[in-house]
Amino acid sequence: MARITAGVATSHVPAVGRAIDTGQTRNDYWKPMFDGFEFSKKWEESEKPDVVFLVYNDHATAFSLDFIPTFAIGVAEDYAVADEGFGPRPVPHVEGHADLAWHIAASVIQQDFDLTLVNNMAVDHGLTVPLSLMFGQPEAWPCKVIPFAVNVVQYPVPSGRRCYNLGKAIRKAIDSFDEDLNVQIWGTGGMSHQLQGPRAGLINQPWDQAFLSDIVDNPERLIAIPPEDYIREAGSEGIELVMWLIMRGALDDQVTELHRHYHVPASNTAIGHIILKNGK
Amino acid sequence: MTKRPYDDVPGTTVFDERMSRKGYHLNQFCMSLMKPENRERFKADNRAYLDDWKMTEDQKQAVIDRDYNRMLSLGGNIYFLAKIFASDGLSFQYAASTMTGVSEEEYLKMMLAGGRSPDGNRYKHEWEKE
Ligand SMILES: [Fe+2]
Repeated sequence: MARITAGVATSHVPAVGRAIDTGQTRNDYWKPMFDGFEFSKKWEESEKPDVVFLVYNDHATAFSLDFIPTFAIGVAEDYAVADEGFGPRPVPHVEGHADLAWHIAASVIQQDFDLTLVNNMAVDHGLTVPLSLMFGQPEAWPCKVIPFAVNVVQYPVPSGRRCYNLGKAIRKAIDSFDEDLNVQIWGTGGMSHQLQGPRAGLINQPWDQAFLSDIVDNPERLIAIPPEDYIREAGSEGIELVMWLIMRGALDDQVTELHRHYHVPASNTAIGHIILKNGK
Repeated sequence: MTKRPYDDVPGTTVFDERMSRKGYHLNQFCMSLMKPENRERFKADNRAYLDDWKMTEDQKQAVIDRDYNRMLSLGGNIYFLAKIFASDGLSFQYAASTMTGVSEEEYLKMMLAGGRSPDGNRYKHEWEKE
C-alpha cells in the first residue's frame, strides 16, 4: 500500500530560484538561508520518496482570471516549467504520477471535495523552488510529483479549516492506493510577507514562530485563523500559509519534528521550513 | 458594497471581486507578457501594444508610468503585475520598494533589519494618527 511517510513545509520565493539558478547561494546574503536546507537535502537522499504530493499555488501562471479553480490536481504524465516573464527556470521538467493522481482525485471527490482535474499546465516557482530547495540541482528530479494548486490569489480563498480537512481526505485516498509507494506531502508558500502597496515588506517573526510551533502539535489553533488575520498579521501574501494546513491534515495527529529553519529576509519574505515525520 | 473584515488593514489592497471586476483586462494583458514574442512587441512600443487591450485609459497610463500602486488601485493583482516588471528585468524587491516610496537600497536595509514590523501597521486608524 502507498503510505505518507513525512510532511515538508517550505516557502517558495522566486528570488530563491534565481539565486540557485545563477549560483549565488554561497554569498553573504543567501548563505544563511540556504544553510538551513543542507539537512533537508541529505535527509531526502536517504528517504528516497517515490512521489511528492506538492501543494502550492499558481501565481497567475497556468490560471489567469478566465477560470479560477479553488483546488486543482494535476493528473498528467508530465508538466512543463513555466515562463513567468523572464524565461523558464533551467530545471528538469516535472514528471507526474497519473495513476496515483487519478486515484486521489476519485477518492477525494467521493469524500465531497470538488477538485478541478488538470491534464495540461505549466508549473511555476511555487512548485519548482521547493523541489530545488529539497533536491538541489539534479539532471532529473529524483521522484514523481503530483501538483496540487490552491487558489490564494483571488478572494474568496479557502479557509484553513477546509484545507486541513482536505488534507485528511487526501490522506485517506493515498492510504487506499494499492501499490507500495513512499509518498511525501509538501505544503509550500509563506511565511509572513506582503509584496504589494505601501505596507509591502511586512514581516511578523513572533507570529511565524508561533505558527511553526503549532503546525507540529497544535494545528487546531491554526485552522481557526480567518483570512483577515493572515492579512493583518502576516501580510497580504501570508495567506499562502493555509497550504501548510493541507500538508498537516494529511499527517497523523502525532508527528515527530525532524528539522526546522527560519530566516529573514529572502527578498520580501520570511522563509520558514519544517520537516515532520509521520507518527511519533 | 458590503464591508469586509480586511477593509481596515492599511496600505493593502485585497484582491477580491471588487478589484478583480475592475482589473480583468489589465490583468489579462499582464498574462500575455508570458510569451516572449509579446514581450518584444510590448517593449518596442508600450502604447501600441496596450491599445490592443480593452483597458481604461487610466490603466494604460499607469502601466506606461510603471505606477504599481495606481495599477493596484485600478484592479491589478500583484502576481499579474509581476509579469510587467519581470519583462523589464526587475525583481519583486525592486517593485515592492517603488510601492513603499523608498529607494531599493533603503528597502533592502529595512528587510535586512527584519522587515516592516506589524506594530503600528495593523489598522488604518494607526496610520491616520500620524
Ligand atoms: Fe507564493
